[in-house]
Amino acid sequence: MGDATETFYGVIRRQGITRRSFLKFCSFTAASLGLGASSIAHALETKPRVPVIWLHGLECTCCSESFIRSAHPLIKDALLSMISLDYDHMIMAAAGHQAEAILEETRARYKGGYVLAVEGNPPLNEGGMFCIDGGKPFVEKLTSMAEESMAIVAWGTCASWGCVQAAKPNPTRAVPIDKLITNRPFIKVPGGPPIAEVMSGLVTFITTFGKLPKLDHQGRPSMFYSERIHDKCYRRSHFDAGQFVEEWDDTNARKGYCLYKLGCKGPTTYNACSALRWNGGVSFPIQSGHGCLGCSEDGFWDKGSFYDRLTTIKQFGIEQNADEIGMAAAGVVGLAVAAHAAVTAAKRLRHRPDRPAHKGKPS
Amino acid sequence: MAVQTPNGFNLDRSGKRIVSGGFLFGYIRFAHFSAGYVLSAGFLLRIYWALMGNAHAMQIFCVPLWRRCFWRELHHEIRRYSFLAVEPERGLGHNRLAQLAMFFMFTQTITFMVVTGFALYGQGAGTDSWQYKVFGWVFSLWPNSQDFHTWHHLGLWVIVMFALVHIYAVLWDDVVSRRSFPSIK
Repeated sequence: MGDATETFYGVIRRQGITRRSFLKFCSFTAASLGLGASSIAHALETKPRVPVIWLHGLECTCCSESFIRSAHPLIKDALLSMISLDYDHMIMAAAGHQAEAILEETRARYKGGYVLAVEGNPPLNEGGMFCIDGGKPFVEKLTSMAEESMAIVAWGTCASWGCVQAAKPNPTRAVPIDKLITNRPFIKVPGGPPIAEVMSGLVTFITTFGKLPKLDHQGRPSMFYSERIHDKCYRRSHFDAGQFVEEWDDTNARKGYCLYKLGCKGPTTYNACSALRWNGGVSFPIQSGHGCLGCSEDGFWDKGSFYDRLTTIKQFGIEQNADEIGMAAAGVVGLAVAAHAAVTAAKRLRHRPDRPAHKGKPS
Repeated sequence: MAVQTPNGFNLDRSGKRIVSGGFLFGYIRFAHFSAGYVLSAGFLLRIYWALMGNAHAMQIFCVPLWRRCFWRELHHEIRRYSFLAVEPERGLGHNRLAQLAMFFMFTQTITFMVVTGFALYGQGAGTDSWQYKVFGWVFSLWPNSQDFHTWHHLGLWVIVMFALVHIYAVLWDDVVSRRSFPSIK
């Protein structure tokens, strides 16, 4: 359990890190967040470390897996020095009643002063019985810890939008966290999982300034989610040039042309993949030759094929996309028009009606 | 040595395309966006005309569904298009069936297309662009813009259907009743 009066700077000096290295770290983080290095250094020297409670609901742990691969800042710095991660049953040493006791202790001791990070979401059907954690429905643990938190961080698409467990028909009625808890400051960090540096960058921001960064209309941090994959895609020049991969194994695929025609969701997906990339900046899906799935967008499981730009429309009985429906409807209308014209022609051939007065009667 | 063709591709000596120089799809998009701006400006002008013009100018914006005579005239017009009646009901302005189609298939669809079009354009122009500031609110209805992308496509097909029916009806009315636009001299 971390001591609330301890500062980040105090901890890392104790671990033998020089002031020079500390300032280097501050400059690097400041650059990645677009801030001044001195403000970060000042905050880390004076502000107490923020206690973080990290809960796991219905999830796949991909957010934790991503988080522990953060390179800038290194995850060891984030976990051991910057924040006081008091509870996270994935990586904590305590277990059983000992672990659960930490929750109660943090809730009482740091009332309104801890950050609640949630990975996954709560299922509400059957009183929340589809996700039992520590002998109780997860939804109870979540609401009780949320009540006294300073802010809630929704890690990943599960906590932000619902993801696969909330996809139709959603038998457990899994809901995104903000549908359940509406009265706390809330930040969505969607992605399946979010990029490691996005996660650790946010942790740095929140612990440094003790507040949430600027959010967009959908509650996502603007600094990482204000541009689409498409806007920073390195294959954008091929899109503009009209050079597309037509099939997965064609020459254009080998040349690295744009994957738009194979259903890349880059143009409708807000995330930082094409700017920050993954695994310490090594690559991201499009660079590896596959279109974006749009995993950080709302309801991406329910939008039909991953390989089609248009959402599948199921209301017509058979699964169709907008263009197929539109073309069929236009065809029907065209046929109706032709039939109407044919009937008119036939009637006129049979007997010519008297022409009405040229201007018609006044209305 | 590279040569640029009129459609924007750079060709190498053997006539193969060089990757970097083309802007074909960019020009197609440019045509799409400029057409959108022209359509929007025209539609604004049409709204202005509805307010300032004569009584007929308002017809495609306001359908008097609450009037008994509207339904009677509509019924008559349906009979006429089904070859059950010969005489047209109204002498001036849109007939009631046309008015209904104009309102629901043209006016509503164009409004939808202008709003969703600018919202999607705003995503490309950036969240700090005026297009996103004015029209970005639509994404609070459906957060995933893929839905608007899909509906924007459907909207196009509604316009295609409308155009088919509209042009046919104008010509048909002209042949049958000699009252339509092409006959006015």
